[in-house]
Amino acid sequence: MVGVLMTTPESARVEPEAAQPDVETTVAELAPLYRQMLAIRRMEEACAKAYSQGKIGGFLHLIIGQEAVCVGAVAAIQRDDYVVATYREHGHAYAKGIAARPIMAELYGKKTGLVKGLGGSMHLFDKATNFLGGHGIVGGHVPIGAGAALASKYRGDGRVTLCFFGDGASTIGGFAEGLALAALWKLPLVLICENNRYSMGTPLYRSLAVEDVSLRALAHGMARDRFDGDDVVKVKRRIAEAVERARTTGEPTLVEIVTYRFRGHSMSDPGLYRTKDEVEEWKRRDPLHRSRDRLLTLGMAPAELEALEEDVRLEIEDSVRFAEESPAADSYLPYVIKE
Amino acid sequence: MPIISYREALNQAMREEMERDASIFVMGEEVGHYNGAYKVTQGLLQRFSERRVIDAPIAEMGFAGIGVGAAMVGLRPIIEFMTFNFSLVAIDQIVNNAAKIFQMSGGQFNIPIVFRGPGGPAVQVGSQHSQALESFYAHIPGLKVVMPSTAYDAKGLLKAAIRDDNPVICIEGETLYGTTGEVPTEDYIVPIGKGDIKREGKDITLVAWSKMVWTCLDAAKQLEAQGISCEVLDPRSLRPLDVELLVSSVRKTGRCVVVEVGWPMCGYGAEIAYQVQRHCMDALDAPVERVTSDDVPMPYAKNLEDRCSRSRET
Ligand SMILES: Cc1ncc(C[n+]2csc(CCOP(=O)(O)OP(=O)(O)O)c2C)c(N)n1
Ligand SMILES: [Mg+2]
Repeated sequence: MVGVLMTTPESARVEPEAAQPDVETTVAELAPLYRQMLAIRRMEEACAKAYSQGKIGGFLHLIIGQEAVCVGAVAAIQRDDYVVATYREHGHAYAKGIAARPIMAELYGKKTGLVKGLGGSMHLFDKATNFLGGHGIVGGHVPIGAGAALASKYRGDGRVTLCFFGDGASTIGGFAEGLALAALWKLPLVLICENNRYSMGTPLYRSLAVEDVSLRALAHGMARDRFDGDDVVKVKRRIAEAVERARTTGEPTLVEIVTYRFRGHSMSDPGLYRTKDEVEEWKRRDPLHRSRDRLLTLGMAPAELEALEEDVRLEIEDSVRFAEESPAADSYLPYVIKE
Repeated sequence: MPIISYREALNQAMREEMERDASIFVMGEEVGHYNGAYKVTQGLLQRFSERRVIDAPIAEMGFAGIGVGAAMVGLRPIIEFMTFNFSLVAIDQIVNNAAKIFQMSGGQFNIPIVFRGPGGPAVQVGSQHSQALESFYAHIPGLKVVMPSTAYDAKGLLKAAIRDDNPVICIEGETLYGTTGEVPTEDYIVPIGKGDIKREGKDITLVAWSKMVWTCLDAAKQLEAQGISCEVLDPRSLRPLDVELLVSSVRKTGRCVVVEVGWPMCGYGAEIAYQVQRHCMDALDAPVERVTSDDVPMPYAKNLEDRCSRSRET
């Protein structure tokens, strides 16, 4: 038989669910989540602009469209819990409590950058907030997340680790091994697959024989969850269940959140592998607009909402000014080997 | 002779070899529908269909190993790494399997496979994406390593690599894809293990491969104005190395500087320096010098990156 290699057969394809009803919430809960999502959106728009002006270099991967995932998930943990993320991590870093100023300055390659201009967009790290990195090798950071969780179990410090990765990472060894070990040793880890339906130009059905990453938990006897990432409050609630499990029983969970990136994979990707209709369809589900509408429905005064938005605008403008005015990075030698 | 890009030259090499031999297939991330992350496989899917141009998910260890297995039983895979940084995920398959199986099996199973893709730092892509890994691979017996600097060499070396019955690592210059050069229309190969004098000179031999050949040609021009005549020697293959050409060049000039983008410690230039002192000791007018990047992971900021990669003597 001369054949073409198979990918997911039609019958095993998993189409995204239609938009789901809102989860119950209050203005007090939702407003700060909305603020974070908006700040991330504005920050990344500013990044894209600076990139096109040549002020930011290298690879720049934007999370625009997916903000509810990192914001909702990080809202479900405590300040000293750990977060490990990919190269698409500006939002995760911000949600973890890192200010826009050092993030923006890092992307500009400045001395005042979060990692002194050494890492750039893909490699944000922050010890103060237990943000364990932006990692550039797909899947390579999943065992690192499991390692932080192992340390928590070892010390009995009660912390939980959130490890974020893409749908495309679900086929690489780092993910498979990290998952297996976390299950075997019952590590307080929440593995969060941000399924934005594509790894670069490849739709998930051409990557996985069964287009459902969460099912991979079954073989390991691990808890799993799978839902859409449109509603930031829903993300918060469902991740909170996994966090609670990790904290009280020490057991890991594999969570798959279906979402969508509005932009290309990185700034150099025109995204020709998706139809305009598809992108427009997802833009109608924009988590940011959804939260904003919800706040108004819940009775938040429009003036109050606009004040919040103005505040965000000023914050991001300030971060850009800070980055522009900061001195250039000046040194790399002290950090090769710790003396 | 037509002038084409380095990228197009590589594309032609694969296309022509695939036309010639039905056992050759291409596998890698985004090689098919996306036409390659760097567009090197442009149009191959359309020409050869999904059977022979296979989009692999992100599983370098898996598809490198699949290539080795298929090669054991008679196929001739071309495995593309989106960049060689990601070959580190697959290094077990390359070093422990591809390089060992022919000898381990007492000569029964040779592995005719090509691992190819861009290597070396690009611009501001940070430490995990800015690595020159040729010294790693050149260290391994059982592998061949080629690094073309021109469109002509790219096509000829890749063809030779595809026809070779052994695993060949072909590291392309990420920043060379858009460069152009003369490439004949008729079939030719550049034999693996044959170096090339890219510019003749009499006072000093500059040894460089891939992108650094161009840097050295620039330097040679500048030095010419100061009355120094540089010979630029491009080994093209790092394993096997054309020691004969190296020796004859340095015996003529009496001086040698090796220029590489990689790190100094155990870098490939150290091997060249050893070969030169071993075979040209009596002809040397000065110690062999090396120019490398700084001995650190590559920083992101442009000014630091420039400083780090700027010619450093070791
Ligand atoms: C091991 C490895 N192979 C390939 C790459 C190149 N690469 C970077 S991101 C990416 C796609 C990842 O897709 P996914 O995991 O779905 O995350 P997303 O970008 O969608 O957030 C690829 C192939 C890499 N960084 N690491
Ligand atoms: Mg993805």
